[in-house]
Amino acid sequence: MQGNDACAEGAIAAGCRFFAGYPITPSSEVAEQMARKLPKVGGTFIQMEDEIASMAAIIGGAWTGVRSMTATSGPGFSLMMENIGYAAFTETPCVIINIQRGGPSTGQPTMAAQGDMLQARFGSHGDYSVIALAPSTVQELFDLTVKGFNLADRFRVPAFLMSDEIIGHLRERVEFPDEVECIPPKPIREGMLPFEPEDDLVPGFTPFGKGHRVHVTGLTHNEKGYPASTDPDLHEKLVMRLVEKVERARHEIADYDIVNPDAEIVFISYGAPTRAVRQAFLDAPEKSYGHLNLRIVWPFPEDLLKKFKNARVFLVPEMNLGQIAREIQRHVDQPVIPIPRLGGELHIPAYLLKCAEEQE
Amino acid sequence: MKYDVLFSGFGGQGIILSAVVLGRAAAMYDGKYAVQSQSYGPEARGGASSSTVIISDDPIQYPKVLEPTVYVIMSEAGFQKFGAGAPKSALMLIDSGLVQSRPQCRCIEIPATMKAKEVLGKPIVANIVMLGALVSVTGIVGFEAMEKAVLDSVPKGTEELNIRALELGQDIAQKGGDA
Repeated sequence: MQGNDACAEGAIAAGCRFFAGYPITPSSEVAEQMARKLPKVGGTFIQMEDEIASMAAIIGGAWTGVRSMTATSGPGFSLMMENIGYAAFTETPCVIINIQRGGPSTGQPTMAAQGDMLQARFGSHGDYSVIALAPSTVQELFDLTVKGFNLADRFRVPAFLMSDEIIGHLRERVEFPDEVECIPPKPIREGMLPFEPEDDLVPGFTPFGKGHRVHVTGLTHNEKGYPASTDPDLHEKLVMRLVEKVERARHEIADYDIVNPDAEIVFISYGAPTRAVRQAFLDAPEKSYGHLNLRIVWPFPEDLLKKFKNARVFLVPEMNLGQIAREIQRHVDQPVIPIPRLGGELHIPAYLLKCAEEQE
Repeated sequence: MKYDVLFSGFGGQGIILSAVVLGRAAAMYDGKYAVQSQSYGPEARGGASSSTVIISDDPIQYPKVLEPTVYVIMSEAGFQKFGAGAPKSALMLIDSGLVQSRPQCRCIEIPATMKAKEVLGKPIVANIVMLGALVSVTGIVGFEAMEKAVLDSVPKGTEELNIRALELGQDIAQKGGDA
């Protein structure tokens, strides 16, 4: 099965029943599959006029209590940014699939990239926090789509599936579980206000029409949800909470693989380049390099870096100019060397080995 | 055992479908691992299109083919773009009616489009003829696995035609091809 199809299957399995999107290469198969499958399970598919409207529609869908999703690639992702900020600020759980292609601008429609990783974290204005997942197999496109819905609901945030053209269009064997775990958001507890946080800093979520009067606004709001945009302390407290509710869970929700934690030379990767690193390790079994593969990139789980106690250097192959390498460097004293590859092709394993050998 | 197979031809010949069918036969019906990817761009609309499949007894990490070991070439433009640099150790099956050039490596000539038209009256199944020949020459997957994968992938009402195309390819290859 093709990666993009597996993503749509994951969404349906996770109970997604609303998709609004605008087709764009190389993500269009996600929309195609959702258009085919949603009507058969009582869901709704809308092809919207553009990407910002798609985001607006899924925010509306989420507030009716339906798991909602859109899919796009870089140019559409840029257009979604305003409403992604709205989703973050209104604490609307939703899932955005980004099958990344070469940018900037319309760039390389048919070629892979990972150039939107910082945009996923910081693309909309103001401070907020989100969750970003990165699959490196077709199976993970299924599994992490399901996980994305659960995390979006748990933290009431937009969750991004940051895949790329290589994995999105790859065909390989996928195994669907008979049942997937779907954890809905916790409802507003008796006596609590709609934006009043619980101990985990996440307010209960009760959709429209289910017994609570809720006012939803992109203006700075109090716990009732009413605008209160000139109160400096309230604004600071709210924004800090929106960031903190995700960031403080970053080690608990971390999803990763570690190979050879005693190594001195350590690769860190996510998405398609992970497969180039794994191939390099197979090609050179005599070498004992370390590897950290991240399936959740944001929030960034920096404690994992400390597991490599003997690390002298971190090598970070990415299909961008070192976006996550920059994040890693913030957390460690050792040198972090980006191994960028632009143009759409995956890193060659032999080249990765050469980069590592230069550090020996 | 690991095969890196590259299919090339012009858009519309079913180059990508061929790779999907081969991958499906291996992964679903032959207990092997397979990953398939394709050149994906404007060339898929008439220029030289290509598609690759890796088939292996072991899990496959790197999803792209860096150097094919088996080529299936169905157009001269496809040969020039993807097949001309094939190493001597490779094996190439060509649609000999459509590809004028010949590689340095071992080459099996299968007049697939011509025979599909002559014998079956449908040149459109030439890609399936090539698959039949490929299975016969290489044994990458079993013939039965290939049959099942073809039946999964072709439109309703064309099953018999496609199975005959598969058998035709096998037949031509068993006779040593056109060479």
